[in-house]
Amino acid sequence: MSLLIDHISLKPTEEYHLNDVTLNFNPGKMYTILGRTLSGKTTLLKTIAGLQTPDSGSIKFEGADFLSVPVWNRNVAMVYQQFINYPHLNVIENISFPLKQRKMEENIIEKEVKEAMEKVGLIGFELRKIQELSGGQQQRVALARSLAKKAKILLLDEPLVNLDYKLREGLREEFKKLFSGSEASKSILIYASTDPLEAMQLNGDIIVIDEGKVLQTGSAKEVFENPATAKVAEITNDPAMNINKGHIQDNTLVMNNNVQIQIPDQLKSIPNGDYQVGIRATDLFLDDNGFSFDVEISEISGSETFLHLRNNDLKCVATIEEVKTYEANEVVKINFDKSKIYLFKETGELLHSPYQQ
Amino acid sequence: MPKLYTFLKYFFVILWACFVIAPFLWAISTSFKDFNSVTGGATYIPWLQFEPTLDGWSVLFKPGSQGGINIIGPYFNSIFVTLTASLISIVLGTLAAYALSRYTFKAGFVKNNDITFFFISQRIMPPVVLSIPFFLFLSTLGLLDSLAGLILVYIVLLMPIAVWIMVDFFNRVPKEIDETALIDGCNPFQAFFKVVLPNSVPGMLVAGLFCIIFGWIDFFFAFILTFTKVQLLPVKIVALNSSITPWWSLSAAALVSVAPLIIVAFIVERYLSKGNLSGALK
Repeated sequence: MSLLIDHISLKPTEEYHLNDVTLNFNPGKMYTILGRTLSGKTTLLKTIAGLQTPDSGSIKFEGADFLSVPVWNRNVAMVYQQFINYPHLNVIENISFPLKQRKMEENIIEKEVKEAMEKVGLIGFELRKIQELSGGQQQRVALARSLAKKAKILLLDEPLVNLDYKLREGLREEFKKLFSGSEASKSILIYASTDPLEAMQLNGDIIVIDEGKVLQTGSAKEVFENPATAKVAEITNDPAMNINKGHIQDNTLVMNNNVQIQIPDQLKSIPNGDYQVGIRATDLFLDDNGFSFDVEISEISGSETFLHLRNNDLKCVATIEEVKTYEANEVVKINFDKSKIYLFKETGELLHSPYQQ
Repeated sequence: MPKLYTFLKYFFVILWACFVIAPFLWAISTSFKDFNSVTGGATYIPWLQFEPTLDGWSVLFKPGSQGGINIIGPYFNSIFVTLTASLISIVLGTLAAYALSRYTFKAGFVKNNDITFFFISQRIMPPVVLSIPFFLFLSTLGLLDSLAGLILVYIVLLMPIAVWIMVDFFNRVPKEIDETALIDGCNPFQAFFKVVLPNSVPGMLVAGLFCIIFGWIDFFFAFILTFTKVQLLPVKIVALNSSITPWWSLSAAALVSVAPLIIVAFIVERYLSKGNLSGALK
């Protein structure tokens, strides 16, 4: 019953779109592919759907070769980030399209379509034209169409990214509900996202992908607490985790000439040497006894303020839990929450996480 | 400010409308004049300023033996040739354009854009360049002076227009719609016929309109490739010209020949201005 992706690569040009990807998906689970734009998320989904064929490697579904099955015979559903529907059909015709294509019986189609429409809250819109719907409603139609199919593999490619904030929050909650239902336990759900927060909220297994390569797989908690590499730490945090070069010398973490931190007990076992030092933006705070940083840019985001800071060649972002305007080049005193410092090897692998036992 | 804008808007629209409509009114009034009324200075209002007569019109329908040109045969020839050639051009052009828009072709250095340009380049050449090859071509096939030969030539002339318009149209249709159709269980042919084609009607209408216009107004090839058996309207109308230019019957012929285009334009415009079709795919 599982979907096995075995060492697939796709290199249409000079760059890899997929680079030796090996993954295993099980039904009844939600997987979130987390990666930046152009990291290969969509390519991976399209390869699973059959819209793209890898140069090498194999895909097996329920034990049988999947690559030789053409798209139209694979039992998959996909929702795109653009609201893709059939503009010449009305809402109910759109949702029943894949079922009619499969030549299912009229009364079964009617029942399935009604069920799907109820799930996404489209009752009352049956005969509307697609162009008469708002963006959120159009995406609901696309979602209903993919749900009505009861496909064994459901692919969601950043389905919420083009919606406004409030709608996004609402639909995300609905997603969680929809996919925790009994029907969902029979299918594999793969959700692609660029947004670390979204990935954490969906609370499925997270697959971190960058430049076509899978960097880490694991639960949301695992990826958050123990990012496998410095790159993963950057991708899975928003704002990206601050990663800077530093070295440890005689129990002091030297970031540059000005910023030198007495290392806490849990880091005392780390030998002297050069490392990459990671700390989340939320673990930086204003402190009168802290280090002086120049403000480069300050952005207000909801109830927080992101400060882009600089001390000579040391750059970092701090999340301040208040809304305040800072002038460019204003000097602020910043300190680090020493207990939350990550250390990565120079090559990027995780060496120390504050959550390690 | 808004008032001034409204005033200017209507002022220029009316000005332009007069500019466009005036020649038609002029042609209509001229078509009902005779030799004396035409040469006797500018007159506009029938009965009051000149005595209307149907002479100009009747020439169009009288057989040659009675001094007329009888345009009915050529008229239907023209309609038949234009519609058939346009229809075939749109069907072939749409298929070609879809392939050019969605699939990647490569033969040496020739790629999709080069193929598209090859189609368009057929229209860049001056028609004179094509006249001798076409003549020899049709003569070899034994299709000179025949409707089939004209249709063949017109397809060569009209299909580039259809391809050009439709490639541009398909390029603006997100390919995710085709992909969704594939995912929803359509094979590539079903995806094209069930999903892409029904949404391409506006593009095909525009392409059709252009094909019909360019087919209908052609004089050059109709003149060169036909002699006696088959004649098209533009060629026949020119036969009216004699030592004294018969402005009255020429005006009548001009009105008759422009009528189908006006009807087609109105139909297409009605269809397009329903709005929901042209904006269906974005």
